[in-house]
Amino acid sequence: MEYEIIVVGGGHAGCEAALASARMGHKTLLVTSNVKNIADMPCNPSIGGPAKGIVVREIDALGGEMAKNTDKSSLQMKMLNIKKGPAVQAMRAQVDKELYKKEMLKTLKSTTNLDILESFVDDLLLEDKKVVGVLLENGNTILSKAVILTTGTYLKSVILTGSNKTTAGPHGEKTRPNLSENLKKYGFTIKRLKTGTPPRLEKASIDLTKLQQEPGSQEDIAFSYDNNGALAYKYQLPCYLIYTNQHTHDIIKKHLNESSMYGGYVEGVGPRYCPSIEDKVVRFSDKERHQLFLEPESLAYDDLYLQGFSTSMPHYVQEEMVHSLEGLETARILKYAYAIEYDAIDSKQILPTLETKVLTNLYTAGQINGTSGYEEAAGQGLMAGINASLKLENKPPLILKRNEAYIGVLIDDLVTKGVKDPYRLLTSRAEYRLLLRNDNADLRLSEYGRKIGLISDDSYKKFEDKKKMIDDITKDLQNTKITPTEEVNNFLTSIHTTIIKDGITLYDLLKRPEVKLKSLVQFLSFPDNKEVLDEVEISIKYEGYINKELKEAKKMLALESKQIPSDINYYDIPNIASEAKQKLQEIKPLTLGQASRISGVNPADIAVLSVYLKKRGAF
Amino acid sequence: MKSFVEDTIVGISTKLGTSAISIIRLSGPKAIEYVNSCFKGKNLEEVPSHTIHYGYIMKDGNVLDEVLVTVMRAPKSFTTEDVVEVNCHGGIYVTLKIYELLQNLGARIAEPGEFTKRAFLNGRIDLTQAESVMDVINSKNDQQRKVSISGLKGNLKQYIEDLRHNLQFLLANIEVNIDYPEYHDIEEITEEKLLETVKEYIPKMRNIIHLSQENLNLKNGIKTVIIGRPNVGKSSLLNALLQEDKAIVTAIEGTTRDIVEGEINIAGIDLNLIDTAGIRDTEDEIEKIGVEKSIELIDQAELVIAVFDSSQSLTDNDKEILDRLKNKDVIIVLNKNDLESVLKKSDFNFRNVVSCNTTTIEGLNELKDKIKSMYYNAELDEENTLLFSNVRQISLAKEVLQSLESAKHGLDVALPIDLVSIDLQNAYEALGQITGESYDDELLDTLFANFCVGK
Repeated sequence: MEYEIIVVGGGHAGCEAALASARMGHKTLLVTSNVKNIADMPCNPSIGGPAKGIVVREIDALGGEMAKNTDKSSLQMKMLNIKKGPAVQAMRAQVDKELYKKEMLKTLKSTTNLDILESFVDDLLLEDKKVVGVLLENGNTILSKAVILTTGTYLKSVILTGSNKTTAGPHGEKTRPNLSENLKKYGFTIKRLKTGTPPRLEKASIDLTKLQQEPGSQEDIAFSYDNNGALAYKYQLPCYLIYTNQHTHDIIKKHLNESSMYGGYVEGVGPRYCPSIEDKVVRFSDKERHQLFLEPESLAYDDLYLQGFSTSMPHYVQEEMVHSLEGLETARILKYAYAIEYDAIDSKQILPTLETKVLTNLYTAGQINGTSGYEEAAGQGLMAGINASLKLENKPPLILKRNEAYIGVLIDDLVTKGVKDPYRLLTSRAEYRLLLRNDNADLRLSEYGRKIGLISDDSYKKFEDKKKMIDDITKDLQNTKITPTEEVNNFLTSIHTTIIKDGITLYDLLKRPEVKLKSLVQFLSFPDNKEVLDEVEISIKYEGYINKELKEAKKMLALESKQIPSDINYYDIPNIASEAKQKLQEIKPLTLGQASRISGVNPADIAVLSVYLKKRGAF
Repeated sequence: MKSFVEDTIVGISTKLGTSAISIIRLSGPKAIEYVNSCFKGKNLEEVPSHTIHYGYIMKDGNVLDEVLVTVMRAPKSFTTEDVVEVNCHGGIYVTLKIYELLQNLGARIAEPGEFTKRAFLNGRIDLTQAESVMDVINSKNDQQRKVSISGLKGNLKQYIEDLRHNLQFLLANIEVNIDYPEYHDIEEITEEKLLETVKEYIPKMRNIIHLSQENLNLKNGIKTVIIGRPNVGKSSLLNALLQEDKAIVTAIEGTTRDIVEGEINIAGIDLNLIDTAGIRDTEDEIEKIGVEKSIELIDQAELVIAVFDSSQSLTDNDKEILDRLKNKDVIIVLNKNDLESVLKKSDFNFRNVVSCNTTTIEGLNELKDKIKSMYYNAELDEENTLLFSNVRQISLAKEVLQSLESAKHGLDVALPIDLVSIDLQNAYEALGQITGESYDDELLDTLFANFCVGK
């Protein structure tokens, strides 16, 4: 049996990688230990959120699947940060976990060039330092030109509750240590990371009348650009807000040393942005209460996910803890909370294409690279699938820049800075976040998606129409001038803005913070397309700030365009500080821009490097 | 991130205030464009390389200074980039104004050693020289880093750090509100709260910048001119001051028309005397210094000592000159009070009028006391006053102020918080450059250390 690309792991990274590779025309095999767990969401039942939601839009604009699959299986949709400004708005969906898996499996199965195999991969087949296939647990080998590892938390995973350690995956599945050990043998630095998840509770056993409802958005919104304006909600189920209390905290403090974390049973490094409830109680001891949410997991089963209550306490303590919460006095725990430890590689051993530096034609994506989150995984999976395919096609890779996509920020951070704790995207990680908005992901990325062949004719036509509408409206606004007639000024007064004394274009009028685009329908007619109107309004109203970021980005790109040949030996370059030499040699940056972002590399070192490269005729 | 190859940098290459002229140097692709856009004279974009041009630096239609501009085109310049040098008057006020104007036009403040660095980067300096050059650059960087930290003293250091921490916390709070919108029990940073903060700091920053500039001015000497008709005793007054202090420090050959003859120190205050030659040469000649020349000198000076013979009444020229002194720092000296006086102190509508003669010490002491009272500010005790001590810090502080003002404007017109936070972020970063204590991911550390969020 021979494939072009083998994807190992069927989580969110694996699904995107396999779909991208197959859709780009490469014979692809997805190997998973359990077909039933394909596209599983072992933690929170939601997709999106600030920064992450924008990643989902970016995946859509590039031709990935996560947005479409989320739209098919959402239980609640919400637009976040509406009042906080254009740069930080994002969507979040509560998702039916069962439906999500079902829909994704359907898509995978109906994709040509894509096969699915249920098995474990124990080892890689190598020719020198080049990957040429995989070895399965049954001893069979499958050849391929490239391999993408998306092993998630399944790489040597251990489940922890209290002093109880079980070698198993999130659902108690068996796992095998072989692959991790072999990766170590080949020269990968293996790290131990940790994450955790809260208990799942039986909905019927909870007194929902005591809880505060958290509804979704009123208007119809969708992640996929294909579904824009075309998708009415099937469901808009509520979430519920509750709080811990002093009693809860007392129980936690009393049993603190029984938790895996405080009892010293955990070796892995946990994410600092996802502390367990015992961490929260210890670190923020002055807080009287902590906020928790109950979220629906699926229409297929009657349970709720207790967001904010992740713990590694033994089961009996978890019972006590849950029952101390108001409304949950008699709640039945269907699945106990647990911490999970797993292996990851050092992301500094990966190139910005997500190909590893240790073995050629081997790509990695998702938690194996030290990230956390479904969206972060899917974004990397898509890029790994795209870049492995482009390499087979002898085409230049697609490396998204920091001013182009959150996915670009994510991957650049991973490969340039490395991670200490599981990496989560945050809006503040992007220095040009006003450019990386929820509304313009398609304008930023659809051309790339089209060029690599992942955007269908229909989707692309829709995109082009949208772009034309935006251009047309913008031009109309620039070309329409209003004059200070009584009628005009009466109108301006009615929309609470100051009257004009001289003529002004609608474009300039729209720059006034209090003037909304839709009130200008007085003078111009607009198409009924909210996304188009939002885009026009944001780019005109905030033009000054946007231009500032564009200017900054341009400076960054100047350095980004200076490529560094891969055969540079930094130890040969005189006058670079020794710490910088070591860092540069380790990371092997692709561009001068990337080199300048490595911590410990100073501008003076970049100057020397630049001269050295110029002398060598690199640029 | 600092880009050092594509943008145009500006720096003051002479020590401020102490030399006869200041040289402001620009290097980079837009060096000529920037200077040309504020230069009245030949079109610098069209002049040949390595030529010097006379003209004026203009701002908002007004003359900032009369200058000589040297244009050196790439690649035959120190940095191998387009380089322009603006030779202006040595006074700190004018120099800083031009420096700021060029920044507003788009030039970036040069990092310490950056001109050398660019020369090196562009291959102007051979690789074999690299090590020593890099040593210099590195040591300069280190020094600068040390200076930028230790240069901040006592209360100012505390104040800047407090402001920075305050912004850091606000920004972390804004970020937490943005990234974790579902956490209702985390305080939401409101527009009111931000407005309160920026309103508190804007006037303070403005004041600190103002005082710092004055102080820097003081430190670098006060451009002083002694004017008066021939034979009123300017020369003997000068000699008396000099003999008394024996304090001529330098005698620098000046440019053609702006002569700093010497620096005298009175009660700890440096006076840079300009055009003392005029005083000496013309003493016994017929009225050679016309009104026009006097007015020109007055315009250049920061302190004018106007000397009158108290035994002679005021001429029309005197009155015209006095009129010209209305908005200046002026000390009127009624000399020769040992003769029968025609002029009285009350004849002058100025705050500082001294009566003296150059043979007794009392009058001179009064003059010195006046100078002292005008410029010595007891509050300007550096340990306890909030003062920046160098131009770089002041420039960065201005960036902070501008960003805070922009944030305030944004809040006033109800811009959303994500845009306002861009201005606050800029202010925060400029503060970090002042203290030299910023590091990667600092904001995220603050965020997760202070706010309890997560699954």
